[in-house]
Amino acid sequence: MSTIFLYNFSGLALFAIGLHGLIRSSHLLRKILAANLMSSGIFLIMIVGAYGPDQALIDPVPHAMVLTGILVSISTTAVALVLVCLVQETTNRALLLQKRKREQRGRTDA
Amino acid sequence: MTDAMGIFDIMLALVLPWLGWRLLASPNLFRAVVLFISLGLLMSLAWVRLHAPDVALAEAAIGAGLTGALFLSALRRLERLRDSERRLDYAEKREEEQNLPPEKRRKSKPVAYVLALFLLSVFLLLLGGALLKTPVAPGRLGPAVAGQMGQSGVQSRVTAVLLNFRGYDTLLEVMVLFLAALGVWSLTRVRQTPQEKVPGPVLATLVRLLVPLMITVAGYLVWIGSSRAGGAFQGGAVLAAAGVLLLLANVTVVRQIPSTLLRWALVLGPLLFLLSAVACMSIGGNLLEYPRQSAGSWILLIESATAVSIGVTLAALYAGGRPHEPAAREAIVDKSADTKVKNGEGA
Repeated sequence: MSTIFLYNFSGLALFAIGLHGLIRSSHLLRKILAANLMSSGIFLIMIVGAYGPDQALIDPVPHAMVLTGILVSISTTAVALVLVCLVQETTNRALLLQKRKREQRGRTDA
Repeated sequence: MTDAMGIFDIMLALVLPWLGWRLLASPNLFRAVVLFISLGLLMSLAWVRLHAPDVALAEAAIGAGLTGALFLSALRRLERLRDSERRLDYAEKREEEQNLPPEKRRKSKPVAYVLALFLLSVFLLLLGGALLKTPVAPGRLGPAVAGQMGQSGVQSRVTAVLLNFRGYDTLLEVMVLFLAALGVWSLTRVRQTPQEKVPGPVLATLVRLLVPLMITVAGYLVWIGSSRAGGAFQGGAVLAAAGVLLLLANVTVVRQIPSTLLRWALVLGPLLFLLSAVACMSIGGNLLEYPRQSAGSWILLIESATAVSIGVTLAALYAGGRPHEPAAREAIVDKSADTKVKNGEGA
């Protein structure tokens, strides 16, 4: 029981930290790291759901789903990283800026 | 023994979120990536503790190893871009950029931040409540899977679920990986590595020793997947790691792989998977319903092809772009040869 609670808590905390980082951080690479943390948290909660004290009581279906999820998350990460590199190539910074701020900067530059 | 394990569980469950927090809070991106890799390795320890050895293998190889390699190579690329930018004298802009996050944002919109934090915590409380309320019934689908194992053609329950009972999930997942490779290839070209860059003696020896070993391990993992932890994903990941090593060492053989061969290797797994899915329908079953007597061989065939494709795809994702067209290169070479011949004739 306590194992289930512990790892559930850990997964939830990882998800929360990832979500917070996704909103909060400005550098795009760190945003991708944060999204990866969120997925790790979700995987942890799923595997805890399949946990049983005995090997025979373990549910293999979430295990298979998490295996699939790990590969999907590396696919999305790879595409996102290439996009970040392209963003930096075109705008000279790997940041997402709000529209208003960019307009203000445009005025001051002018 | 159980007490020691309990303490270990508590430490691990606390260290995981702490590492996550540290990596997002660290101002240095390189450090953040290194912390991310160590987090992945600790996650795989957690999988072992939760009796999920298949997931532990995949996490160590893919979640920590290959994702970390992807992040490190992207980071190097970003820094190289920034360095070239510095040479173009963008110092002023860079200073502005450094000042902008996150202090300025925090000052300018504290209300929005507090509101977001509030909504986030409400959401998490609801989520935690839902988790606590969810009844813990040990087994769940476990007995159902165990009851059908005789028809699956393999002994490992996870492999049976992955490739037989819920085969279309895996089919779609292989397609997602293929799509990711397509996306990366259509976005960028592979970085040009200087031809004369030779690896040091340590790296060269390491590659020579490790690559054959890794290919053997990959084959073993695919083979053992039918009865124990392992399978196409783990085997493919080890293959991809071998590919990354070869790319790092800048071996001539890798550079000379024709692009058509690479494309066929990318397509092999998805294509074979799809063909066998359709073949099952033509035999008389449903989509991906293998004939019962030969299910084991079908699964092994699909797994081997998928492992090769996963390995090549992940290595291609690490390379980060489509290869330079050998046709164009050859055409240039041919032209120069032609002109040489013509010149020779002329002379």
